[in-house]
Amino acid sequence: MSVRAAILAATMTMGEVEVTHPPKSTTAPPGSGLPTMPVVPPPQGQPVPPAAAPGSPAAPEPGPARRTAFAEGADKLRAAATTEPGRLRIIGALLALLVVLFGAITAWQMSDRAAAADDVLNRSQPLSSDAADIYRALADANTAAASGYLAGLQEKPAMRKGYEDDIREAADKLVTAAANSDAGSESAKAIAQLNEQLPEYKGLVETARANNRQGFPVGGAYLRAANEKMQKQMLPKAQDLYTWENQRLQSDYADAKAFPWAALGLGVAVLAALVWAQRRNYQRTNRVLNHGLITASGACVVVLLWLVVGHTVARAGLNDSYDHGVRSLNVLQDARIASLTARSDENLSLIRRGADTQKVGDETRDAYAVGYETQIGQLASALAKADSLADDSAGQKPVADANSFMKAWKDRHVVAQGLNDKGNYQQARDKVIGVGKDPTSVCFDNVDKALVTALDHEQAEFKQAATGGRDAFTGLPYGAAVLAVLAAAGAVLGIGRRLSEYR
Amino acid sequence: MNAHRLSQRLRSSLRGWGGVGAMAVACALTVVFVLLPLAQSKGADGSVGTGGQGVAQGRQAKAEECTDPQDQSLSPTGGGATTTIDEIKARKDRRLIVGVDTNSYRWGYLDPNNASGALEGFDIDLVHRIAQDILGDPEAVSFKAIPTSRRIEAVESGEVDMVVRTMTINCDRIKQVAFSAPYFRTGQQVLAPKTSTITGFNATLANKKVCSAETSTALDSLKAAKGNKIPDSVKIVEPVPNQLDCLVKLQLGEVDAVVTDGALAASQAAQDPAVELKGPPFTDEYYGVAMNLKADDLVRQVNRTLRSYIDDGGWTASYAKWLHATLDQGDKKSTSATPPAAHYK
Repeated sequence: MSVRAAILAATMTMGEVEVTHPPKSTTAPPGSGLPTMPVVPPPQGQPVPPAAAPGSPAAPEPGPARRTAFAEGADKLRAAATTEPGRLRIIGALLALLVVLFGAITAWQMSDRAAAADDVLNRSQPLSSDAADIYRALADANTAAASGYLAGLQEKPAMRKGYEDDIREAADKLVTAAANSDAGSESAKAIAQLNEQLPEYKGLVETARANNRQGFPVGGAYLRAANEKMQKQMLPKAQDLYTWENQRLQSDYADAKAFPWAALGLGVAVLAALVWAQRRNYQRTNRVLNHGLITASGACVVVLLWLVVGHTVARAGLNDSYDHGVRSLNVLQDARIASLTARSDENLSLIRRGADTQKVGDETRDAYAVGYETQIGQLASALAKADSLADDSAGQKPVADANSFMKAWKDRHVVAQGLNDKGNYQQARDKVIGVGKDPTSVCFDNVDKALVTALDHEQAEFKQAATGGRDAFTGLPYGAAVLAVLAAAGAVLGIGRRLSEYR
Repeated sequence: MNAHRLSQRLRSSLRGWGGVGAMAVACALTVVFVLLPLAQSKGADGSVGTGGQGVAQGRQAKAEECTDPQDQSLSPTGGGATTTIDEIKARKDRRLIVGVDTNSYRWGYLDPNNASGALEGFDIDLVHRIAQDILGDPEAVSFKAIPTSRRIEAVESGEVDMVVRTMTINCDRIKQVAFSAPYFRTGQQVLAPKTSTITGFNATLANKKVCSAETSTALDSLKAAKGNKIPDSVKIVEPVPNQLDCLVKLQLGEVDAVVTDGALAASQAAQDPAVELKGPPFTDEYYGVAMNLKADDLVRQVNRTLRSYIDDGGWTASYAKWLHATLDQGDKKSTSATPPAAHYK
C-alpha cells in the first residue's frame, strides 16, 4: 500500500507539473513514465469512464486491498490527464463547475442580503417602530389619564377618547409583537407581562377617576399608583422590547450590508481560470478567439460587475435609510416620550399637590415639578439632536416648530407654576388643563403634532431609502444564476469545440 | 422642660418687646439687681403669671427633657409689639398666607366637583376663623399646598405665615417652630375593613400586613411596638410616600390594615364606607398651628382665636360637620370629640 501511495503522489505531482508547463506539442505526454498504471487508456479518442470502468473490477484478486471510490476516481483522473483530450475534459469540467459554483454562491449570498434588506424594510423596522409605538401609546395613555383626572368634570370627550385609543393601540401592537416574537424569548416574556399589567393599569386609572368623581382625594393616590406602575414597571419593559427589536433591526442591517466576499472572490477566481484556459488555448493552437470561453468570461464579468455595483448601491441606500431614517426616528421618538412624560408630570404635580417630594441637594421639592424640568431638558436636547440629523427643510421645519412650541410651553409653565406657588391653584390648574388664557395644554398638543409630522417625514425618508436599497438587489440572484448557467454552457462548448478537433 | 420653658420665654419676651422693651428690661434688671435680688423673676415675667416656682423648677430640670410639648404655647393674653400682625395687615395683597394640605379629606381638601375651587375641611374652617380675627375677613387667605416634609421649612423661611395642616406638636418641632395651643386631640389608630378580624392595635394584628407612611409617627410606633404591644408576626410593608397611598393598598387588598393618626384615618374612612377605625387611639397627640419662632404676637393672636373658637361653639360645629361621622364610633364618643384644654406656659 505504501509503495502505491508513493507512486500515486509522484504521478499527481507529475500531472500538476504538466499542467503548469504544458508542452507545445499536441501529442500525448510520455505515458511510459507510468508503468504501474492499472489501465493505460488509448492515447486518443477513448473517453475516460469506459476505460476506467473495467479497470476496477479488473483486479478482483485478493492481493491488493479493496480500493476506495476516491482512489479509483483519482486513478481515472490521472489516466485522463495523460492525454490532451482528457486534460481538456478536466479543464472544461472544472471551468463549468467553477462558473456554476460562482453563480450559485452569488445567487445565494445576494438573495440572503436581499432578504435581509427586505426584512429591514418590511419586518424589523416596522416591528421596531411598533415597539416604539407601544411605548409611545402607553406613555400617551398615562399622560391622557393624568390630564383627564386634573380636568375632572371639565375633561373633554376628545381627551377621554385619546386615552381609550392609546390603550387600544398598545393592546393591538402587543398582539402583533407577540406574534413576531419567539416563544420563550425575553421579548415574549416582556410582552406577556405587559399584557398582564395593561388591564391592572387601566383598573387603577378607572378607580382614580371614579373616586375623583365622588370628590375623594384617594383618587389622586390611585392615579399616582397608576403612574408608578406605568413609569416603574410597564415603560421599562416596553423600553426593553424596543431595544430588542432595534437590535434585530441592526442585525438585519448588518446582514444586508455585509459585503459578499465569497461571491466576489470566487468571481475573480473564475475569471482568472477562464483567462488561463484561453491563454493555454492560444499557446497550443495560436487561435485567439474561442467563442464559448469568451461568452463565459463576458457573462462572468457581467455578474461580477452587477454584484459589486448592485451591492454598493444597495448598501448606500441602506446606509441612507439608517442615517436619515432610523437615527432620526429614534431621536424623535425620544423627544416625543420626553414631551409626554413632561406633560404627565406637569399634571401630576397639580394632582398630588406636594404629596410626593424629593431632595434636590439641600432643597425638598415636589417630585413631579422636578420630573417636569428634567423631561423638558431632555426634550430640548432631543430636539437639538433631531435638528442636526434632519437633512432637508421638510424634516427641519417640524423640528423647529416643536422647538418653538416647547419654548412657549416652558414660558407658560413658569407662569402656571408661579400662580400655584402664590396659592392661586385654580388659575394654575386652568392654565394647565386648557380652560384659562395661554394654556400649556395647547403648547404640549402642538409639540406633539409637530413631532408626529417630523416622525412621518422621517418614516417616509426611511422607507424611500430602504426601498431603494432593497430594490438594488432585485434580479441579482436570478440574473447571477442565469448568467452563470450561460457562462458554464459557454465554457463547456468552448472546450468541447477544441475537443472535437480530436475526433 | 422648665429650663427650656424659661429660656424660651426670656428669648421670646426680649424679641417681642423689641428694642425699647429690651431697654426697659435692661433698666428694670439693673434696678432689680441692685435693689431687689429676690424679686428678679417677677420683673422679667411680665404677665405670664406662672410665678417664680416655674423658674426654680426649670433650673433643676435637664434641658433635653420634654414632656407635654402641647402645653408650651404663649398665653393669649400676653402683650408686646404686634410686628408680625402689623406686617400682615400692611401687605399690598392683604391676605394671610397659610400652608395647608389639599389632599386630606375632611381636613384640608380641594373638591374637584367644587367649581369655585375653594378648599374645605376642619383645618380650613380654622384658617378662615383666624383670618377673620386678624384681618376682619374670613376669605382673606392665600392657601398654599405645602408637602408634609416641607412644613417646618416653609414656616422657618417665612414662605407662609403659618401652617395649619394636621401637624402634631412634638418636642423636636417646638425647637424649630412656635406652636399655638393644641386645637385637636388625636392618636395613632388602626384602620381596617369592617369585616376584618382586627379589633385594634393589639394581638389581632398577628400575621397581618400593615401599611404606614414614610417617616411617619405611625411607622415609628409600629417598629417600636413590634414584639411587645403587637405580635412579632406583624408584617410592616414598605412604607408609602403619603398616608393616602395606604388606603389604595388597603382597597386593593395588598395590606390588611393601615396605621396612621386618628384624624387622617378618619379622613380615609370617610372615603370608603367599607373600612372603619378599629379600637381607640393608642398614642396621645395634639395638633397645633405652626408659626415662626419670632412671631410671638401671631402665636398669641391665634391662641386668642382658638379660645373664642372653642368657647363660642365654632369648633364643635366644624367637628360635627367634618369629623363626627367617621371619628365617633357609634355611641362611643371619640377622645377627639372634645376640644383639648389649653395650658400655656
